[in-house]
Amino acid sequence: MEPLERYRPIIDDFEAFLEACRRPLGTAVRVNTIKASVERAIAVLSETGTAYERVDWNPRVLRLETDSPGSTWTSFHGFTYGQEEVSAVPAGVLDPQPGERVWDACGAPGGKTTQIAALMDDRGTVVANDNNLGRLSALRFNAERLGATSLAVTNQDARNFSMKPFEFDRFDRALVDAPCSCEGTIRKNPDALEDWSEDHLHSVAGIQKGILRRAIQTTREGGTVVYSTCTFAPEENEAVVQHALENEPCEVVDFDLGLEHSPGVTAWDGEEFDPSLEQAARIYPHQNDTGGFFVAKLEVTA
Amino acid sequence: MAGDDEPIADGEAAAESDDESVVESDGETAVEPDNETAVEPDGESLEENVGQRFDRLPATAAERRVEGRATREEVVDYFADRFGIPAETFEEYTFWEKGAGKIWIYAGEAPSPIEIEAIGMTCLRTRQEHWKPTTDFVQRFGRRATDCVIELSREEARAFIDGQDQDLEWNGDWGYLIAAHEIGVGSEGRPGRDGEAVEGAALEPLGVGLYVHGELQSVVPKGRQRSVSDRR
Ligand SMILES: C[S@@+](CC[C@H](N)C(=O)[O-])C[C@H]1O[C@@H](n2cnc3c(N)ncnc32)[C@H](O)[C@@H]1O
Repeated sequence: MEPLERYRPIIDDFEAFLEACRRPLGTAVRVNTIKASVERAIAVLSETGTAYERVDWNPRVLRLETDSPGSTWTSFHGFTYGQEEVSAVPAGVLDPQPGERVWDACGAPGGKTTQIAALMDDRGTVVANDNNLGRLSALRFNAERLGATSLAVTNQDARNFSMKPFEFDRFDRALVDAPCSCEGTIRKNPDALEDWSEDHLHSVAGIQKGILRRAIQTTREGGTVVYSTCTFAPEENEAVVQHALENEPCEVVDFDLGLEHSPGVTAWDGEEFDPSLEQAARIYPHQNDTGGFFVAKLEVTA
Repeated sequence: MAGDDEPIADGEAAAESDDESVVESDGETAVEPDNETAVEPDGESLEENVGQRFDRLPATAAERRVEGRATREEVVDYFADRFGIPAETFEEYTFWEKGAGKIWIYAGEAPSPIEIEAIGMTCLRTRQEHWKPTTDFVQRFGRRATDCVIELSREEARAFIDGQDQDLEWNGDWGYLIAAHEIGVGSEGRPGRDGEAVEGAALEPLGVGLYVHGELQSVVPKGRQRSVSDRR
């Protein structure tokens, strides 16, 4: 928990925050509407004796009373995907529409990719990319179990992603669910902070900046780019978006979020960020009894 | 990544096999070759093109350029003739081949040929005497099937998805069948858009079985097999 001390100045009710970080996280699943309606998935859970609870902010997210969500009938049928509750946030903010072209720059193992496909009724083109081939094979396995037919899977470094395999040269939307220091997953992985160092944070921030810039470059004017991480460090969040604002044609835009959250920060460690970054969302574990998350929504302006 | 939702194989998967491998469930990690091979030894071991190249299937035999390649017409006819899945089901999809005989179904845009890792989902093995649909394909599209669907009890379904072969009565054709069961009935079927149900579905497809000599062999791939125990 020690590394988290640095966030005391920016987190309200820091003691409640620490307390929540120490509590283990329950099991949540997302209903895969490519294969089943929420009603159907719930009917199967009830019939087979798996207790669930609906969350109020998203009709497709359920909390399950089981330690093995993979050994349920709903999982076998691909009706549900085990996913942390907050992980369902960024695809919703991206708001992809059926028929669109969407890039998931860091897609593996496919939780958000398949959620994007589901939100598009599995119609359109979702380019699911990751630079790690092993993780990509996990993505493919998961995508087939969930029945997603709209994915084109690529294995590239997202920082210099080439559009060459495709006939179009811009996406309508892009999601950058970036590799990060994962501080916000501490409730699920008690050793998440074991290798924590400020150096690591800075080096991963360099990668994040490169990927976010490429996502903006490959998205059409008026298109949407969502940037998300499961970490609290402003170096990996607001500072990365600030870098994009300074170097690419884009602006931060507002979005609705049915979960309690705090605004993005506008100053950190002697650095000032654009005031528009307040429209980003910081989700802390104590606010909704979830994992931690950061989400920013950008509109491409040229 | 510590941040992963469904867990990933720790040794970072044996990458590039085309098998339905890897991942998921409760820390139980399966990176296994496709055990569908066990069923039909001869046509099954696919040689993949190293170049990861996908070619769109020709519409009809008249447009066929590559020896032995199935046509779109043949594929759609196969699903209709064998399983009664209406041809219209596939109107907005394209079919692709990579390597020898593995067919993929795709809803998006792409030029042909295209060299990427995957396009849509695998749906069918051709270039062997008896074509074989994949488990994931029948789960996705098999609700529309009217023929060659064998209904299993909950107990039989549990054994089937655990990979077990079973002696079962079946009066129809031998060969590949869609195994299905009744589950979660009382609610309408899948939505066209989130939450809005458009079709009822009594039988839910589990996967593909091979029926011969009074026995239904489960060909659910290893990585897809599950031990499910209902609480009731
Ligand atoms: C937070 S995870 C993505 C989780 C995924 N979006 C999901 O919902 O299942 C970050 C991913 O970024 C990938 N990655 C790291 N560096 C990358 C790069 N330069 N280009 C593309 N992907 C990268 C990692 O392999 C990892 O799979």
